Amino acid sequence: MDSILNYLFNDYIVQVATITGINIIMVLGLNLITGVTGQLSLGHAAFMSIGAYSSSMISIKLGAPFIVSLIAGTGFGALFGALLGIPILRLRGDYLAIATLGFGEIVRVVILNTPALGGALGVYGIPPSTNLGITAFFVVFAIFFMYRLEKSRHGLAIRSIREDEIAAEMMGVNISRYKVLSFTIGSAFAGLGGALYAHFLSYINPIDFGFMKSIEQLCMLVLGGMGSISGAVFGSIVLSTIPEVLRFASEYRMVTYGIVLILMMVFRPQGLFGKIKVNV
Amino acid sequence: MLKLSNIHTKYGHIEALKGIDIHVKEGEIVAIIGANGAGKTTTLNTISGILKPVAGTIEYLNHDITRWSADRIVSEGLIQVPEGRQIFPLLTVKENLMMGAYLRKDKLEVTKDLEMVYDMFPRLKEREKQLGGTLSGGEQQMLAIGRALMSKPTLLLLDEPSLGLAPIIVQNIFKIIVDINKKGTTIMLVEQNAHMALSIAHRGYVMETGKIILEDNAKALLNNDEVKSAYLGGH
Repeated sequence: MDSILNYLFNDYIVQVATITGINIIMVLGLNLITGVTGQLSLGHAAFMSIGAYSSSMISIKLGAPFIVSLIAGTGFGALFGALLGIPILRLRGDYLAIATLGFGEIVRVVILNTPALGGALGVYGIPPSTNLGITAFFVVFAIFFMYRLEKSRHGLAIRSIREDEIAAEMMGVNISRYKVLSFTIGSAFAGLGGALYAHFLSYINPIDFGFMKSIEQLCMLVLGGMGSISGAVFGSIVLSTIPEVLRFASEYRMVTYGIVLILMMVFRPQGLFGKIKVNV
Repeated sequence: MLKLSNIHTKYGHIEALKGIDIHVKEGEIVAIIGANGAGKTTTLNTISGILKPVAGTIEYLNHDITRWSADRIVSEGLIQVPEGRQIFPLLTVKENLMMGAYLRKDKLEVTKDLEMVYDMFPRLKEREKQLGGTLSGGEQQMLAIGRALMSKPTLLLLDEPSLGLAPIIVQNIFKIIVDINKKGTTIMLVEQNAHMALSIAHRGYVMETGKIILEDNAKALLNNDEVKSAYLGGH
C-alpha cells in the first residue's frame, strides 16, 4: 500500500513538474515578445495550439519520430508568428493586443471546425513521448537562448525598441525587422511548448488553447516580472504549481488568481523580478 | 551638404510643412527658430526619415535621400538627437551610449569614441552603470548628445537641446555643441531659445506655420527687428 502511494505521488509530481517546464518554455517566448520587445500579445496560446496540432498530425499521420514532430511544431509556430507579425506589428498598444486576441480566436475556431484536425472532439492517440528529462533539457535551452539573445547586440536593439521606438529608429535600428524577428522567435517557443504539451498528454482539444490560456501565460509573466528571464521562470512555476497545491479549494482558484493580480498591480506593478511596469 | 527643396510633409490631412527650402553647408551650425507648432521638429523628423514628405526632395552628400529608410540615413552619418531627450530609461548609461554605435562595425574605434564621450561628459563616466532614467534632465541631455556622437555623425540634428533645462546647464550644453562643431561635425539646431541658438549659429532660418519666413546669417537675425520682437523678447 505504501509503495503504491509512493509511486502515485512521485508520478504526480513528475507530471506537475513537466507541465511547469512546458509553461516556462512558452512564457519565456511570451517574455521575449511582450516583456523584452514591449509588444503586448493576447494570443500566445494560438501559437501553442499551432505547434501542438502540427506536431501531433505529423506524429500520427506520418508516423514521424518525436524529434521531427518537435522541430515541425516549433517551425510552424515560427512560420505563423512571422506571417501574422509582418502585417500586425505596425500596430501599437491596444490595437496590437486586439489583433493578437482576434488571431487567437480565429485559430481556435478554425481548428474547432476542421474535421481533419479532430474538430471539437480533439485529437487522440498522440504518442506520449514527452518526459520530464526532455522538457528539462528544453527549459535549460530556452533560458540559455534567451539570456544570450538579450545580452547580444540584437538584444540591445530589441530592448531599445521597447524603451522608445522613435529613438531606436533614430539610432538606425530597423524596428519592424526586429519586431517581426522577436515575434517569430517567441512564437517558435510557444510552438515548441505546444508540441511538448501534445506529446505529453497525448490528447489535445481546441478548448485547451483558448483566450484563457493566453491570459494565463500573461499572468505568469506579469507575476514574475515583464522583461526578466528569472521572473518568467518564477511566475510560471508559481502559477503552475499553486493551483495544484490549492486543488482542495479549486472552486476559488480563479478568485485567488484575480486577487493575486490585483495585489501585484497595486503593490508591485513591475512583477516580483522585473524592472518594467506594465504599460499598455 | 544637405539640401531640402520644396518639402511638404503631412500628418493625415494636416499639412505641417508647406514647401520648405533649407540648405546646410559643411562645417556650419545652422539654427532653425520659431514658435511651438511652426514645424521645426517636423522638419528634422522629415530629414532623418522618421516622417516621409509628400512632395519635394532631400539631398544629402549628393544622394537623394528623400525615400531612404531611417536606418539607412543613420548609416550615412546623419544623426538626430530627438526632442525631450528620448534616452532609453531602462538601459544603463553605457548601454545607451552603445546604442549610438549600433550600426558601427569598427569595434576598436567605438571603444575610443566611448572614451572620447566620457572625456567630454565626465558625469556620464561616473554614472556608467546607472539606468538612464535615473539621471537628471541635464545629464540625460548629455547622454542623448553623447549617444549621437557614438554614431560618428557627419551631420548632427539637435532638436531643442535646451528644453526644460536650467540656464546654467543650457550654457554648458551649448558650449559643448560649439566644441563638437569645431571638431568637424556639421550641426543643424532647432530651438525655441532663439537667442542662445543664434548666438552660436552661423546662419539661421525662422519658421512660422510650416513655412520659412526669414533666412539670414545668425548675427543679422539677432539684430532683425521682426525677429527681436517675435522671438527674442526685445522691444
